[in-house]
Amino acid sequence: MDDSPKVKFTHEDGKLELSGKSLPEDVSAFYAPILEWLENYALNPQPLTEITFKLTYFNTASSKLILDMLTILEKMSEEGKNVVVNWYYPEYDEDMRDAGQEYSEMVDVPFKHISYNP
Amino acid sequence: MLKHSSTSGFLDFVYDFYKGMKEHEITLVYEGEINHQIMKAFTSLAEGHMTKHAESELLQKKVYHVMVECLQNISKHASHPEVKDDTDYNRGIFLVSRNNDVYNITTGNIIKKEKILYLKELLGHINSLSKTDLNELYKKQLKEGHLSDKGGAGLGFIDIRRKTGKDLEYQFLPLSDSHSFFLFTSTIPRK
Repeated sequence: MDDSPKVKFTHEDGKLELSGKSLPEDVSAFYAPILEWLENYALNPQPLTEITFKLTYFNTASSKLILDMLTILEKMSEEGKNVVVNWYYPEYDEDMRDAGQEYSEMVDVPFKHISYNP
Repeated sequence: MLKHSSTSGFLDFVYDFYKGMKEHEITLVYEGEINHQIMKAFTSLAEGHMTKHAESELLQKKVYHVMVECLQNISKHASHPEVKDDTDYNRGIFLVSRNNDVYNITTGNIIKKEKILYLKELLGHINSLSKTDLNELYKKQLKEGHLSDKGGAGLGFIDIRRKTGKDLEYQFLPLSDSHSFFLFTSTIPRK
């Protein structure tokens, strides 16, 4: 069973995607390089930055690190950069849908909430 | 003779244990070290069990979530009176039971008595909140809280109550001057 999300970065496209489950044994160690990459990317971003969360599950420890990622994005947005978050949730999963709603209320970044049939 | 009677006493216990499990509709019971591998094994077992019983995907996710948070609580907070440095002491009991209406996830582990007051206040506070206030508390803790060295975000109990919609149930049983046994049960309605 996978306990860490699949992470896909492409600097040239300005795209970052996390998918799958997130409950890594050492959540800080897992997310540290992602946050570092994002911080470095923010110094020299593409005209549009798109972060996609297509998670089927994340534990509460991961939720903190997801907020850290969104906070970096919010800072970019405040600096006038074009950013967007795609929040995918399985159509049956009201908890994952609500989590996306909650994050979008917590950070000032454009969110797209997208339901899909897994 | 003595050996024989103690063996048969033990087997009687095993049978009573089996009957007790059936009576309380326990589908999984474990006592021992709780680590990441054990957590993965149990959640995977439970997923298999629930798929077999054709539970809805949303219910499966809720049970899975509560199991993960409860098991991580033990691996972060368990203690033992005879273990001096208990930072790596992660033992406890873990039970999953299921009846027509609900799943119950129960954990038990030894904690230092000095943690009881804090836990009582925290759990009591979480139980006293309305759904809206609970969501506000979650967001506040998510924003202002820090990850502990062991990777705890202080969100587990709040999120269990949010996702189950049920009060958190708990008990503290005194073991010694310094330690108590902490029992915790979450109830997840099947419908």
